[in-house]
Amino acid sequence: MENKHFVADFANNLDEVDAVTIHSSAKSVSAFSKTIYSLVHNPLFIVSSLILFLLLIIAVFPGLFTQIDPTRCVIREASLPIGTNGEYTKSFHLLGTTGLGCDEFARIIYGARTSLLVGFFVMVISTSIGCVLGAIAGYFGGILDSIISRITDVFFAIPLILGAVALLQLLKDADPFWKVVLTLSIFGWTSSARLMRSSVMETKTQEYVTSVRALGMEKLTILFKHVIPNAISPIIAIAMISMSVYIVADSALSFLGVGMNSSVVSWGVDIANAQTTLQSNPGLLLYPSIALAITALSFMFLGDSINDAIDPKKRRR
Amino acid sequence: MALLEVNDLHVTFSSGSSKEKDIEAVAGISFSIEEGERVAIVGESGSGKSTTAHALINLLPGTGKITSGSIKFNSSYYCENGETQAEKAFVALRGSGIGLVPQDPMSNLNPVWKIGFQVRETLRANGFEGSKSDVNKRVIEVLESAGLENAKDLLNQFPHEFSGGMRQRVLIAIGLASNPKLLIADEPTSALDVTVQKVILDHLEKLTKELGTAMLFITHDLGLAADRSDKIIVMYKGQIVESGSSVEVLKNPQHPYTKRLISAAPSLSCRRMESAKIRKESVEDDQSPIIVVDSLTKEFALRGKREKFKAVDNVSFTVNRSKTLAIVGESGSGKSTIANMLLNLLEPSSGTIQFNGVDVKEIAKNKKTLKNFRRLMQPVFQNPYGSLDPLLSIGSAIEEPLKIHKVGTREERADNVRKLLDMVQLPENLIQRFPSELSGGQRQRVAIARALALSPDLIILDEAVSALDVLVQQQILTLLNDLQAQLGLTYLFITHDLAVVRLIADDVIVMQHGKIVERGTTDDVFNNPTEEYTINLLNSIPGKDIL
Repeated sequence: MENKHFVADFANNLDEVDAVTIHSSAKSVSAFSKTIYSLVHNPLFIVSSLILFLLLIIAVFPGLFTQIDPTRCVIREASLPIGTNGEYTKSFHLLGTTGLGCDEFARIIYGARTSLLVGFFVMVISTSIGCVLGAIAGYFGGILDSIISRITDVFFAIPLILGAVALLQLLKDADPFWKVVLTLSIFGWTSSARLMRSSVMETKTQEYVTSVRALGMEKLTILFKHVIPNAISPIIAIAMISMSVYIVADSALSFLGVGMNSSVVSWGVDIANAQTTLQSNPGLLLYPSIALAITALSFMFLGDSINDAIDPKKRRR
Repeated sequence: MALLEVNDLHVTFSSGSSKEKDIEAVAGISFSIEEGERVAIVGESGSGKSTTAHALINLLPGTGKITSGSIKFNSSYYCENGETQAEKAFVALRGSGIGLVPQDPMSNLNPVWKIGFQVRETLRANGFEGSKSDVNKRVIEVLESAGLENAKDLLNQFPHEFSGGMRQRVLIAIGLASNPKLLIADEPTSALDVTVQKVILDHLEKLTKELGTAMLFITHDLGLAADRSDKIIVMYKGQIVESGSSVEVLKNPQHPYTKRLISAAPSLSCRRMESAKIRKESVEDDQSPIIVVDSLTKEFALRGKREKFKAVDNVSFTVNRSKTLAIVGESGSGKSTIANMLLNLLEPSSGTIQFNGVDVKEIAKNKKTLKNFRRLMQPVFQNPYGSLDPLLSIGSAIEEPLKIHKVGTREERADNVRKLLDMVQLPENLIQRFPSELSGGQRQRVAIARALALSPDLIILDEAVSALDVLVQQQILTLLNDLQAQLGLTYLFITHDLAVVRLIADDVIVMQHGKIVERGTTDDVFNNPTEEYTINLLNSIPGKDIL
């Protein structure tokens, strides 16, 4: 083929330049609906959200799953094996009883509420603190950024559990539930603050932000209307994942004897109590631990799948 | 016998799901390259030109796969009837048989390795044997042949110490290091300034001629293709629509698509666009300039240095009403800094800006007058993907300026949005849509509609068409030109592309290193440039000698 002048036939007509190919009948696709579409097509999301939905039902209506009061402990029925009928209470103990004679299954069912609530409250409080501080630091910059970033660094340098142990010692006499929530929130907000700061810094240089500045929009309005909505999506995923961390940390604190005490029905308390009967009845340690692991894993999977869905590069189609 | 023969090549990107159709990026193309011949493939983004290049060396991204056809290089088949050779054969082919100069010099050198190491690695990978000093000698040789002086001192430097042009030279050196018979250059200079582009392409041309290397040049720029190659292949939707000798294709295009491309290429045009609509006679016949800039200077403090960097250095100019003033310059010339100062997004270090005869500094003192001032001056930016908030629908994006300035009732605003969409030739049913559903050109039209919403006097177009394909670019320029005629708008057009200036501007300012080098009417500057820098810029526009 020498440099012959080749011309394709004109059979297929040329498209109009940059024609709009959207028809009025087609459904509108916002970034949000794309994310939802990607989520519901991700098996990881389906499985984890189903488990979490079940957990939510358990936490809200524990009475649907067991008729036994978890705090009604009968010492005569202590340490019964799996699936035995109590002689005294005449009730069926699916997972046996604890060393104090409480029904293990009922304790796990009722413990779900405590774990979910701790995780939820800590997530909401710590993410809120993190988002507000991170957004202020990233958006306004300068000296404000320096101050907030250094404070974040200080808190970041304290290990979560270690800091919590120290603070909980100070709050010895406070309400056992809220002191744990407060403590974990105080040490948990740093990662979301850092993430929010960098996300806001990236978003604020976008041209649509400059455009609205040139339109005369107020600086704070821009922050709330354009910057935060576009910067927040990575935080949502991290918040979900962090819930698993808080739920595990709550149990770890109970295990260390500084978190919630026996007045609260919680997986962590049960795990701590199971130490004494580890040799004779290892199941008491196993069941709450499994419940804890499943819950934590579900939150991680949920966070991961949300993270994939909001990142267009990882999005499943 | 031809060096490279491609026959009926098909490349498909599978979507990975049964619901969506697979995309055929290359749909049966055949061409050949003789030894030492320079061939250019020209097309818009999505035409399949880069896919073709990558298919040749079996480096297709993602799910891309050659589905049928054959590739014969140096009389052996690398792909026959859709069956590609084993990866091993291609490893041997790449580098020593076919070299590649990739598109983006900024991301194609590994930032953690020294330049010398990266070239040495290529040589070793392609079977260069010899002692350490032999290799080093050869590394210096190839770097010097790519036009890098003092190559010996450069060996121990890292990519970040190099400018874009120097990095591209390193990539050319790497591409040619093992004396390949064919060099694929995939948009090798589209990220560089025009003057740098010219120097590098001149050098590449000289080098390949000396070595007798054949070259496959992938570009979107017809002018560039015509300048740099013997043969042009025009691709459209994965097919070759026309091919032949460069001069023949350019002077005597046959296919309607080629004709369309040639008429849209700004580098090949030689006069200002005329608008379809009759220019509005200025009613009040107001000849006073809309903007007067006097000895404007902007300094930036450099970290760790006492001396300040002057981004804009003592610049004075005026913008005439209902005209287009273009500010042209290469990257770092300070043109965008001027735009930001005019928009009052950045404070000048010294000098004054007068808008409609009032000092902008005075306007900025009062919140109310500043907000009014912002109504009268609106920007349109370069990046069509960054200029619209992805969370806002098209309708609310256009409505936003009206809301901020509390113009009209809800119904009036909705009515206004429809009118604005119509003005930029977009259908009404886009109101509920989101930016992600639109193409780059369409987003840019939405951005223009938004800028027009408050009926401003002046629109600052900061590289507003630079990121678009030629055909779309021409469409947007025509739209801007018609809008100007219709509404009596004043444009300040900021660009690095002199060719586009020719099409749209009445007056030009040429900037270099923060200073104005030359100014005048477009015709004057293009026909009788006086400064060396301007002459250099003009000579760097590709394709101007062909027609």
